[in-house]
Amino acid sequence: MSKPHVVIIGAGFTGVAIAHDLALRGCEVTVIERGDICNGTSGRTHGLLHSGGRYAVKDKESAIECIEENKILRRIVPQVIEPNGGLFIALDDSDLSYAEQFIAGCEECGIPLEELTPQQALKIEPNLNPRLLSAFLIPDGTFDPLRLALAFAATAKHNGARFRTYAEVEGLLLDGQGNVTGVRILDRTTNERLELHAEVVVNATGAWAGKITAMAGLDAPVRPTPGIMVAYDQRLIQRAVNRLNEPGDGDIVLPQRRMVVVGTTSFDAENVDYIPVVEEQVKLMLERGSQLIPAIRNAQPRGIYMASRPLVGSGSGRSMARTFKCFDHKETHNIEGLVTITGGKATTMRMMAEKTADVVCAKLGISTPCTTRDIPLLSYRQYYTVPNQEKHYA
Amino acid sequence: MPEQWTVTLRIYRQKTNEPSRYDTFTLEVNPDEYILDAIERVWAFHDRSLCFRHACHHSTCGACGMRVNGVEKLTCITTIRSVARPNAVLTIEPLRNFPIISDLVVDMGELYRKMEAVEARAVLPITEAEIEKPPHQWKTEDSQYVRLSDCLECGLCISACPVAATSQPYLGPAPLAAAQDHRLDRRPDLLTLIDSEHGVWRCHSAFECTAVCPSFVDPGRRIMDLRKQTISAKIRHFFGK
Ligand SMILES: Cc1cc2nc3c(=O)[nH]c(=O)nc-3n(C[C@H](O)[C@H](O)[C@H](O)COP(=O)(O)OP(=O)(O)OC[C@H]3O[C@@H](n4cnc5c(N)ncnc54)[C@H](O)[C@@H]3O)c2cc1C
Ligand code: SF4
Ligand code: FES
Repeated sequence: MSKPHVVIIGAGFTGVAIAHDLALRGCEVTVIERGDICNGTSGRTHGLLHSGGRYAVKDKESAIECIEENKILRRIVPQVIEPNGGLFIALDDSDLSYAEQFIAGCEECGIPLEELTPQQALKIEPNLNPRLLSAFLIPDGTFDPLRLALAFAATAKHNGARFRTYAEVEGLLLDGQGNVTGVRILDRTTNERLELHAEVVVNATGAWAGKITAMAGLDAPVRPTPGIMVAYDQRLIQRAVNRLNEPGDGDIVLPQRRMVVVGTTSFDAENVDYIPVVEEQVKLMLERGSQLIPAIRNAQPRGIYMASRPLVGSGSGRSMARTFKCFDHKETHNIEGLVTITGGKATTMRMMAEKTADVVCAKLGISTPCTTRDIPLLSYRQYYTVPNQEKHYA
Repeated sequence: MPEQWTVTLRIYRQKTNEPSRYDTFTLEVNPDEYILDAIERVWAFHDRSLCFRHACHHSTCGACGMRVNGVEKLTCITTIRSVARPNAVLTIEPLRNFPIISDLVVDMGELYRKMEAVEARAVLPITEAEIEKPPHQWKTEDSQYVRLSDCLECGLCISACPVAATSQPYLGPAPLAAAQDHRLDRRPDLLTLIDSEHGVWRCHSAFECTAVCPSFVDPGRRIMDLRKQTISAKIRHFFGK
């Protein structure tokens, strides 16, 4: 019997991780991406390998997912990670009064935590604001966004998944009852249009997920929520530095190669194909970032960019949970053949893929369990050196 | 109000089985925007068929290398002001010395194969990184801390290299720089490759690689140092050490 064919739309973190998982479970996988790997939100992510500390007080579900996945990614893709930890620092009374809930939340979520005196913190990170009142060391990390995705994609490709980049999904193939049986795509390298049939289509288009479900006449509760990041041209810290308080604007500074990157904000947007940089937010990043690391004021901006979170559900901005949702549209709308996955974080990409692949496999009658938590990923470079399997499903 | 300029992007276009051409797009820009932002706007609002590669938008992924007025640039950190004046025409072309996939996108598979051949380090102990010398004072016991290495594997150096232009098998600047970073005394197994006809001696010392490298790798200097390492390694080898 031939393997069932699954088309995944989108090659951000979510799509490549699903491709990896499904290839291991014995599916024929084709990933369709309108640009190149990670050209959407994933490439422009801030780059924090969350320990969960940020969510430990208000969003424990996310926090627990983060710490578990943080440990797994350190093990399976050390090639893209700086596993150097992170600090939460208190600069005023409001921060100090948050400490108690923070400690309790981290304990409850299983996030290891070590309290440092200001002197100890300054010893390991001399560029911290010297007026800091307290600091906690937690197992944050940072990652290179594109290479993180490429390592998943390389391994998927090695296991037979096929990647079709620069191919835009323009429509879904529907049977007479509105069920999804494949995709209509435009190959942007040749300007040719073709159809691809599939047993299941997985919509992993993040902030664009609603555009794909609309092609099947369905609504998806995705709220594109962009934020800004500003990279400065000096590597002033070696660890993630977070403000010890409820998540807010510009309260995380990360090292990235010879830079530090300050982020971020959270607002609503309609068209996320191009999100203009808002000048006020650039100023806000400098102001907030330099509270944590004053020397940022002497550095020059090197890159300023925006990316759009695919948040799920109602509410707005920061108050929305950072977990993910996987919808089998058979269950939500009685439409067969389409699964939508959105929300979540880079840090939880593997787990999102596991849950989505479970749903897809259940639909296809595949009982092979998920093995991705224990399989080290191939070198990210192999995405470019392993050829695509020559198979056509048109 | 931010300053506004009008600039024209003259973009190289090439689709499979079609002749190449240049398309022009005239845009209102803020001169402090990056070239990549202008290109992304062309795609978003003017021509959805334009292919270009980008991911991080802050010089860490190496995806957005192109030639701007003939010079290799990482377009996500190159401001329009740094290369143009009001009403200028900016010619945007794909990197050289790689096969073109479509428009501004090239196939860099060959570079990645060579980076794999020298087992280029993607992360390295922080104690070995060139910039974490004082003031950060990393101690040897801090070697469990690692950082991403500087090379973005962006291919700018390969595009600018006059030797890579004439000899495809030449290892080229980034892979040689990665071999230098290993040090041949620690990795004597790399000697044969580095000392081969496609290795360190092919370089003409044009230093074009160093001129265009956006990420402080300084491949030209590293290649010169790798030559010294190669000679030492051969002497060691000769004396059987
Ligand atoms: C400002 C900001 C900062 C963040 N920081 C962090 C962080 O520090 N740590 C962390 O863990 N997470 C972080 N996140 C979250 C994380 O980046 C996202 O959750 C993740 O990147 C989403 O990945 P995705 O694959 O779902 O979406 P995307 O990366 O957007 O992928 C969707 C893909 O679908 C493609 N696509 C869309 N439409 C079509 C079509 N019609 N045909 C074909 N392809 C199509 C797009 O081109 C795109 O590549 C951050 C998010 C934002 C916005
Ligand atoms: S050496 Fe410099 S120019 Fe060459 S690939 Fe690496 S970062 Fe790019
Ligand atoms: S887009 Fe990543 S280096 Fe320019």
